[in-house]
This record gives sequence, C-alpha cells and structure tokens, in this order.
Amino acid sequence: MSGELCLSVRDLSIAFRSGGRETLAVDRISFDIVKGECMALVGESGSGKSVTALSILRLLPYPSAQHPSGSINYDGKDLLRLSQREMRRVRGDDISIVFQEPMTSLNPLHTIEKQIGEILLLHRGLTGAPARTRTLEVLAQVGIPDPQSRLKSYPHQLSGGQRQRVMIAMALANEPDVLIADEPTTALDVTVQAQIIALLKDIQARLGMSLLFITHDLGIVRKIAQRVCVMKEGKIVERGTVERVFAAPEHPYTRALLAAEPRPDPAPPQPDAPVLLKTDQLKVWFPITRGLMRKTVGHVKACDGLTIELHKGETLGVVGESGSGKSTLGRAILRLISSEGLIAFMGHDLQGLRFKEMRPFRRDMQIVFQDPYGSLSPRMSVGDIIKEGLKVHQRELSARQCDERVVQALTDVGLDPGTRTRFPHEFSGGQRQRIAVARALVLEPSFIVLDEPTSALDMLIQAQMVDLLRDLQKRHNLTYLFISHDLRVVAALASRLLVMRHGLVVEAGTAADLFRNPKTDYTRALFAAAFNLETAPEGVVGQ
Amino acid sequence: MDAKTLPHGLDAEIEPGLPPELKPDLEPAGPLGLTGPPRGFEFSPLNARRWRNFKANRRGYWSLWIFLVLFVVTMFAEFIANDKPLFIHFDGKSFFPVFVTYPDTEFGDDLGTAADYRDPHLQKFLDEHNAVEIWAPIRFSYNTINDNPPSAFPSKPTWLLNAQDCAFAAKNGYAKCGTLEYNWLGTDDQGRDVLARLIYGFRVSVLFGLILTIVSSIIGVAAGAVQGYFGGWTDLLFQRFIEIWTSVPELYLLLIISSVLVPGFFVLLGILLLFSWVRLVGLVRAEFLRGRNFEYIQAARALGVSNRVIMFRHLLPNAMVATMTFLPFVMSSSVMTLTALDFLGFGLPPGSPSLGELLSQAKANVQAPWLGLTGFFTVALMLSLLIFVGEAVRDAFDPRKTFA
Repeated sequence: MSGELCLSVRDLSIAFRSGGRETLAVDRISFDIVKGECMALVGESGSGKSVTALSILRLLPYPSAQHPSGSINYDGKDLLRLSQREMRRVRGDDISIVFQEPMTSLNPLHTIEKQIGEILLLHRGLTGAPARTRTLEVLAQVGIPDPQSRLKSYPHQLSGGQRQRVMIAMALANEPDVLIADEPTTALDVTVQAQIIALLKDIQARLGMSLLFITHDLGIVRKIAQRVCVMKEGKIVERGTVERVFAAPEHPYTRALLAAEPRPDPAPPQPDAPVLLKTDQLKVWFPITRGLMRKTVGHVKACDGLTIELHKGETLGVVGESGSGKSTLGRAILRLISSEGLIAFMGHDLQGLRFKEMRPFRRDMQIVFQDPYGSLSPRMSVGDIIKEGLKVHQRELSARQCDERVVQALTDVGLDPGTRTRFPHEFSGGQRQRIAVARALVLEPSFIVLDEPTSALDMLIQAQMVDLLRDLQKRHNLTYLFISHDLRVVAALASRLLVMRHGLVVEAGTAADLFRNPKTDYTRALFAAAFNLETAPEGVVGQ
Repeated sequence: MDAKTLPHGLDAEIEPGLPPELKPDLEPAGPLGLTGPPRGFEFSPLNARRWRNFKANRRGYWSLWIFLVLFVVTMFAEFIANDKPLFIHFDGKSFFPVFVTYPDTEFGDDLGTAADYRDPHLQKFLDEHNAVEIWAPIRFSYNTINDNPPSAFPSKPTWLLNAQDCAFAAKNGYAKCGTLEYNWLGTDDQGRDVLARLIYGFRVSVLFGLILTIVSSIIGVAAGAVQGYFGGWTDLLFQRFIEIWTSVPELYLLLIISSVLVPGFFVLLGILLLFSWVRLVGLVRAEFLRGRNFEYIQAARALGVSNRVIMFRHLLPNAMVATMTFLPFVMSSSVMTLTALDFLGFGLPPGSPSLGELLSQAKANVQAPWLGLTGFFTVALMLSLLIFVGEAVRDAFDPRKTFA
C-alpha cells in the first residue's frame, strides 16, 4: 500500500436491534482508502457492504443500528464519535455519497438548480450568481449536455442516466475528498451503466479524489478499481489489488464469484418444430391526451407493429434498453395490457377474447416477473401462492392432489417442499424467484414469458437461475420468451434474438449469428457495453 | 432430502444477513414433505411483529385494556345497575326478575301489573316471607326515579351531603339523611340515578359507535375497492358522486328527517350511515389504485384469477392496514357525533340513557356541577382512550417504525 491515507476504517461492527433481538450485520472489518485511489467493496446482497458505506456517513437508522466496536478515522477525527453538528459539516462536503436508485434519490418537487444549489449554500454559503456558475460547472463536469437549459428541469424530465449524473454532480459540488458510490449503476441500462462508469473513472482521475465503489458486479470492479475487498456475511474475506485478486483469488468465495458467469448453452433453434406463438403487426399505443376535452394529440408507441414467430422448444431472447418496449411486448402477448394485431397462440387468435374466454389459454402461458420481492403476495404462504393457479384451472383436484402438485413444482425448482407453509419474506431473492417459477410451472404450461427474471439477483444466483431455467426447458419441453437487458444472461439461454429499440425491431435472427456479426451500430453498442463495459459514440444509444 | 444434496446449490443462497431464526431450515419434513407443520391458529410473523409494536406503546396498550374492561363491564349493565333483583327465592320457588317480568300477584299483590320490586309494600311482603333476595350493586336502572330524595331534583351525590343539607331535608319534608339510598353521583333533574344512567349511556355510545364504524367501514371499503380496482370511468363517476354527496349538509338533513321519523337507535344509525361511509373511500381507493399494478397482482391476472378473488385475496389485505389504522379514529368521531346529537336533542328518544343528554342537563342545571363533571370526565376518558389506542395501532402498522 502506498500513498497518503485518506480514510481508514478499523474494527467496524454494525448491529441492528429489532424486537429485542440483535443481528450483527458487519463483524469487525477494517480497510483503508488511499488518496486518489478507487477501492471497491464487493459482495452479494446482505453481505453488509451497503451498511458499511452508510455507516461512514452515519446515515443508518440509529438508535436501532449500533456500532459495538470500531472507529472510522478521517482527517484526524473519529467519525463515529463526532457530534451531529460536526457530522453535518463532513457530509456532502468532505465525504459525499451517490445512491443506487436515481429515480428516488432526487426530490421530485425541486429543480436541478435548487437541489445542487442547496448543497453549495449549506457548506459554502454560495447563493445567486456564484452558486449558479458553480452549478453549471459541475453539470458540465458530469457530462450533462447543454447544462444552461437543464437548470430549470425537474427530475422527471431527465432520463435515469441523466438523473444519476445529476446525483454525481451534487456529490461533486463541494469537491469532496472521498466519494462513496453505492451501486450507482445497478438500476441503469447496460449502455448507460458503461457511460456512468467511464464518467466516474474520468472524474476521479481529474479531481484526484478517493472513490469507494460498492457493487456486486465483478466486471465493474475490474474496470474501475485499483484495490478490492470482498465481503461475505459481514466479514472481509479477501482483499488486495484488482490484478492480484482477479488473477489468483485465494478465498473459495472469491473464486466462486469469479466463476459465476452464466454458462452459455442455449437451446438450439427449432425451425422445423410447430409454431407455438405468432404475432403479426402487434401494436401497443398509449394515447397522449391534452386539454380539457382530453383530446388525443399523439401516441407513445411502446410496441409498433411487431411480427414475431416462436417455435416450440425455442427461447426467443428480447433485448434492448429500458423503454424499448420489451416488457410491453411480453405483457401484450399474455393480454395483460390491451393491444392491436394478431396474437396467435397454438393456432387460436387471442386478440379480443374476453376475460373468461382467455382463461383456458392462461393455463398454457405463464409469466415470471423481474422483482422477486414484488411478485409474491406477502400475505400468502408459499404453498397457497403456488396453489392459486390450480384452484382456477383444475378445480377437480382434491386438496391432497393439489398439495402433491405443489410439492412436485417446488422439487422441480430445487426448493425443499417442506418450506411451503412459510411466507415469502422468509426467503432470499433467489429462492423467491424460484417460487415464482414454481407458480408458473405448477400448471404445466408450454410457454413462459420470463420478464427479466435474473436482473434483481446477485451474480452467483443469476448463474444458478440460468441453469435452472435451462434444465426445466429441457425436461418439460418449454418455450421461453426471455426478456432482459443483460446480454450475458441472454447469451446463455436464447436460441434466437430480437433486438428492440423505441418499440421497433432493430435486428432479429439466430443468437449465434447475431452475436458473431451484429449488423447495426445499436446492437454493436449494446454488446460492447454488456460484455466489455465500453461506451458507444454519442447518439447511438440513449443517455 | 438433505440440505447438502439439494440441486442448484440452494444452500449457498440463503441470505446471510438474516437472523438465524428467519433462515428457512431445510429439515426433512416427512416423506416428500407431505406432512408439513401443524396448521393451528397462530399469528403470522408479520402480525406477531405488529402485536409487539402495539405492546411497545405502553399508553395505547393500557388504554386498550381499560377500554375493554369498561366495555365488557358495561355490556352487563343490567347486572350492575338495576331496579329489579337478580334473584329471589321465596315460598320454595326461584324467581329471576332480571330476565323475566313477573306480575305482582306472585308477590302477594292483586293488581296484576308488573311487579315493582322497589315498592315498600312489596318489600315488606318479601321480608315477612323470609325471601332471599340478591340485588345488583346499584338498585337503580337508568329510568328509575328516586322516590325518596334528600332535596329537590337534581339532588347531590349522597356522600356529599353535609349537616346543613340534612337539616334542610328534615325541615322541608324530604327524606332523612339516615334513611337514604345511595346515589353515588347524585340524581339528574328528573330524579334518576346518574351513575346508572352513565353505565347504560356508555354502553349505548360504544355500541352505537362500534356498529356505525363497522358498517360504514364495510360499505366504504367496498366502494373504495371497486373504484380503485376498476379505475377509469367507474372511478371518475363515483368520485364526482361522492363530492356531491359529501357537500349535502348533514345536520340540516338530520333535523328534517328527525321531524318526520321518530329517531330511534336504528333510524339514527341509518341516517348517520348515509354520510359516514365516505370517510374511508379515498383511503382504500388509493391503496387499490397503487396495488393493482403490483407484480403479484399481474401474476394473479396472468394465472386467470377472477377480479373478485384478486380484490378479496390479494388487494384487500393491503388496504386493511390503512383501514385498521383509521378505525379507532372513526369510532371516536362516531361516538362524538351521537353525543353531539343527543346534546342538541335530536338524538335518541327522550328518556334513553345518553351522555349527550347528561351534558345538556348539566348545561340547564349549572347549580348541580356533578352532572357536568360526570359527563365531561366520561366523554373525555372514552375519547382519550380511543385516541390512544388509535395511535398505538398506527404505530403497530407502520413498517418503518422500530423500537429499540
């Protein structure tokens, strides 16, 4: 270790107390951040990396959170012993933080200028013209195009990537010594993610500040950090320079993390198999209405005339940036939102069928959603959740038979059937996603829409999930419509690929062909961002 | 099935951050797990947490107990304050006057009307026949007039009588101090025991509030659920209707109706119900609007579950949190409304025990402070208890609230 020490964490423990029980989230960890260096904290969700970051700024919900031991030394002071008033001077001035979720970390009721101006006012007493000059300066620094015109914008007028840039601008406004970035790119598209990483790297080098980067994605670590600490269950299990850790990982957990790439082994395209699903000129247009009489002045074309064909046993991967209409396509096919155009499923046109007429088809077409926390009713036991579909479609089953089917489905997805009386909150994200798959599977469908089923999961579990989905496909001869922005996962599963942008198909073909030679710049940019975290020239992808 | 041999490395992905008792243990549960744990009544973990949070608010917890005790005790008002004995045994026969109305011919009289057990004549007859009598602690019902008062009505609480009062009573032909029946809180201006009326009045208030709250919640939740779930035109039209409905002046309407109909308990309930159901609609509607786009609702729709089942099984439990939080406050305002109407004289029929009527008597008889004080403290206590309980319920349902 060389260079001047900037922040040093010693023996830090964090405990949470709730209902008389105490849970140790972080157990005596120590690390240092050197001036001008980027240090990455890596680990799966629940490993305590985020609470570590929050405790540096003392942002945890005290007093239910406590520090049984440790110190955080910065500039000759122990941050854990400072008074609230002194702490406020440190926050946003010496040490600042960028959070994961750009959608909720800006106040929707204030303009960009006001939000950045507030920090300048608090710590430097700047108002009026000097504040505006500085605001423009930082906005330019984070690459907001035409900052002058953006000053009066509200957060909802900016895209996710731009919001994250504004968050970074706020963090940079007072030229902090340390910037903590808590999964700043997790909620963003792959292409935007690459841009933000490049931006952070550039700014860090230019301003010479230290960066504490928290992530679960090892690809990002390799791209941005010089040193890395791997956390597991509240402890640091391995630390070292990025080169050393990636080249020769010592701890088995690090090795498992590094090996956790989804194994590419997609089902082959089946051009001779019967067509299971076919859409022709499928349109989902949301009207934009204005004025007193709600006159329709235009449409948001979420899906604009999509024609797809899906053969039995195949996986069709649908990729694209957020807002490209891929999720809308999946929901339109299942008739969860209204659309126009042909939807032919097993030789029947589903378009225009009423709720009751749709019901017999629902048994054969199922969906797994992205968010394992939101897609299971928190008030029903796992068994009841899985059973629900059976109660609709197979009423003739006795309670005992229902239960057997539930047990079978849970076994299929690799969960212990004994857990079916428990409630969803007792399971981890990966297990919940397995429950969601079991719910779809219990009806023995032939077609499943997988709407970003791995995006909310940790790397290790993503790979397991991909294996599970592939295994199930083989065993039950399933047909998947796999929607994802994560090309690494898509590459592991899809036999054919559909690249979407602005509701239109940009490119389509067999996955093998497309990955080998993408024809459009947009597809190339997507691939570069996903596999190498490289940014594309301006204008090719969204911001 | 052993944890180690589960496919897909399940054991690796149990969240390490969870406290040990929350980790799903992968113990074998019988062959294929078919036996499962017993399904008895127990709190779900969520409700158990809520109950803990509720108890952590000591004030609300004790308020609930005090309120429940008062409620249960006043439910048995007939056994506490009654002008009929609970039990009489004489002449080898048992009588239960509290349940059965006996003619006075049973007790040696010859009128054939219902027996008046407070009648000295009847008492004398029973004493002569060595009858066994068991009375309620207070020998007045809410409409019993004290025939033997120490002064003109309203008369003081008996234990407050001083020598001057006794002298006055003796001089003016009222009952002598030594022979008095106790009126613990005095009598009102018609000679009825205030404590007895208080007990019955409390019961009426609470029951009225409870019924009004429950029925208006059911209607309000159903209306809000339909609006929120279906949205669109249903929502739009219903909302406009509610806006118009709530702008109808409730009190004037009540005055008009009560001049046509005799305002009994249920008529009053019906009239108040016409307007009170709208209170919860907005809340439930918002919850349903929010909830109908949750992914598990989408998942249920993708399974083909019908709208009604989705509303009941998936959405209603979410909306109930907001509703439950509101209920104690709705109840206290229902109680308040009844009291106010009684006070104005548009409430329950004359002669019914009611707190509002007590307060209006207090206003008319300022020289008898025991009326006003009793009414004030009772209403204040009841409403405070309900509000305290409401606050504790609100805390308990707040998912972010942590008690260290």
